[in-house]
Amino acid sequence: MEQNKAGRLSPVERVKLARSSLRPGTEDYIKNIIEDYIPMAGDRCYGDDLSVTGGIGFFHGIPVTVIGHVKGHDLDGNMKHRFGMPDPEGYRKASRLMLQAAKFGRPVITFVDTPGAYPGKEAEERGQGQAIAECIKTMSRLSVPTISVFTGEGGSGGALAFAVSDRLIMMENSIFSILSPEGFASILWHDSDRWQEACEKMKLTAADLNEMGICDEIVPEPSFEMEGSYAVMFRRIDEAIIRNLKPLLKTDGEELIKRRYLKLRKTGSKYGRN
Amino acid sequence: MNPFKERKKILDEIGRISRLAFPSAGQSENNSIVTCEKCGHKDPAEEIKNNLYICPECGAYMKVPAYDRISMLCDEGSFREFNKGRTGYDPLDFPGYENKLKQARSKSGLKEAVVTGTARISGHRTVLCVMDPAFMMASMGTAVGEKIFLAFEYAVKKKLPVIIFAASGGARMQEGIMSLMQMAKTSAAVAKHDEAGLLYICVLTNPTTGGVTASFASLADVTIAEKGALVGFAGKRVIEQTIGEELPEGFQSAEFQMEKGFCDMVIGRKNLRRTIGKLLAVHERGVR
Ligand SMILES: [Zn+2]
Repeated sequence: MEQNKAGRLSPVERVKLARSSLRPGTEDYIKNIIEDYIPMAGDRCYGDDLSVTGGIGFFHGIPVTVIGHVKGHDLDGNMKHRFGMPDPEGYRKASRLMLQAAKFGRPVITFVDTPGAYPGKEAEERGQGQAIAECIKTMSRLSVPTISVFTGEGGSGGALAFAVSDRLIMMENSIFSILSPEGFASILWHDSDRWQEACEKMKLTAADLNEMGICDEIVPEPSFEMEGSYAVMFRRIDEAIIRNLKPLLKTDGEELIKRRYLKLRKTGSKYGRN
Repeated sequence: MNPFKERKKILDEIGRISRLAFPSAGQSENNSIVTCEKCGHKDPAEEIKNNLYICPECGAYMKVPAYDRISMLCDEGSFREFNKGRTGYDPLDFPGYENKLKQARSKSGLKEAVVTGTARISGHRTVLCVMDPAFMMASMGTAVGEKIFLAFEYAVKKKLPVIIFAASGGARMQEGIMSLMQMAKTSAAVAKHDEAGLLYICVLTNPTTGGVTASFASLADVTIAEKGALVGFAGKRVIEQTIGEELPEGFQSAEFQMEKGFCDMVIGRKNLRRTIGKLLAVHERGVR
């Protein structure tokens, strides 16, 4: 019933929903679908970025590495986790845990929920461009299955760094965009007030991304104002991940790398598109 | 060699090559005057070009058109271009984009923001990609991503090094998410080339920012920043708005990147060819 209603939402409404503080966050998913989660801290270079959680645990009895953005649910939480906008240390922690996952043969599950990279002075001084690039490169060549789940906002390189995966799953009202609609409007029209127009133009909804071949599966969502909606969502995400993971577990590492490469080869190619 | 003689030699060579390869471009530029943005000095375009696009008055580095960069760098007549006519597409059907591309094409004389091909530098065969800020600030869209990707693929197949002259204002906004995905596409191409044990040199030129910095431009074996280049991820204005203070002088300069550990060296334009030649020679073969 609630899905019919959601089916008629405009991109602007979806962007608002994607940003809603009512949505479950990465830590909620981990708590509810990962058993014995052990968080791991630090990038071994400079610090530990609290906007990114990473750790290990069991998913359906399979040892996995989990990485995701953490936004926090209230103002204090938002401040502590910088609204899920990573510093270079967040990407470097992620790269480190991805390589560790490959070493121990664990699939990697990422939860993407970020407005984007954090445009800070120190972030530049500590090489945020290099940190994102390295994370993207690392993820593109992992010999273990990788699944990314977009749970809310997926903005810019901050989202992409955790999304170079074998299977990209998006919740119905999550978004994936080159930049925030405000930033997009500001750059192209010098007017961030035109962000709603940007939402309409950017093709940032799950359905758009599915049509463009970037998103592999869309998971329908209940209204998060509804009681019991969280439990419904955890179950659906759990099912979507295991359904996508199973065939990947039977595929060997070389083959996974090859397929990921070929998928990227086609992305945005006029000639490679079908 | 006497540095003046060497420079003279380079200039003569460039003059000769540009007359050979691009007679029409050379002629049309003969009459035009270039004004230095920094000091206002005016000079005929031809003279600025012969001076490697360095202002003879104040020494400021001007932006170098892609084909002139190639002439400055490569052994005479050695450049063979790939996918010259390759264009991207318009995944968002974005209003005005076609028109913008048309303007960029007539302004730059290029089909897209990067020129790729093979060449010899000091006798060493290499794949070369040169981005040109005259084309929509060398923003990366599907065409740039594809051309860089295919250049790396060619280099893997032929076991060649890759040299990229990076320049970019960032992502090609008009192509939306497809532009963002080119970061992943180009990085994957670098990774495969890297795994094949091949050399990748990136020269960061003015300006190298945004998605290009956060992908292939930050993944080289040897990273050179050209003197005077602005190199960073986020734009200065965005950072200043975020932190609510002004950024210090020299923030995101080539020297800043070297001091912070993100490039191996800062090299002046006149020394680039020699430095790259040496790097290629050292990488010609390892001991095993
Ligand atoms: Zn000057």
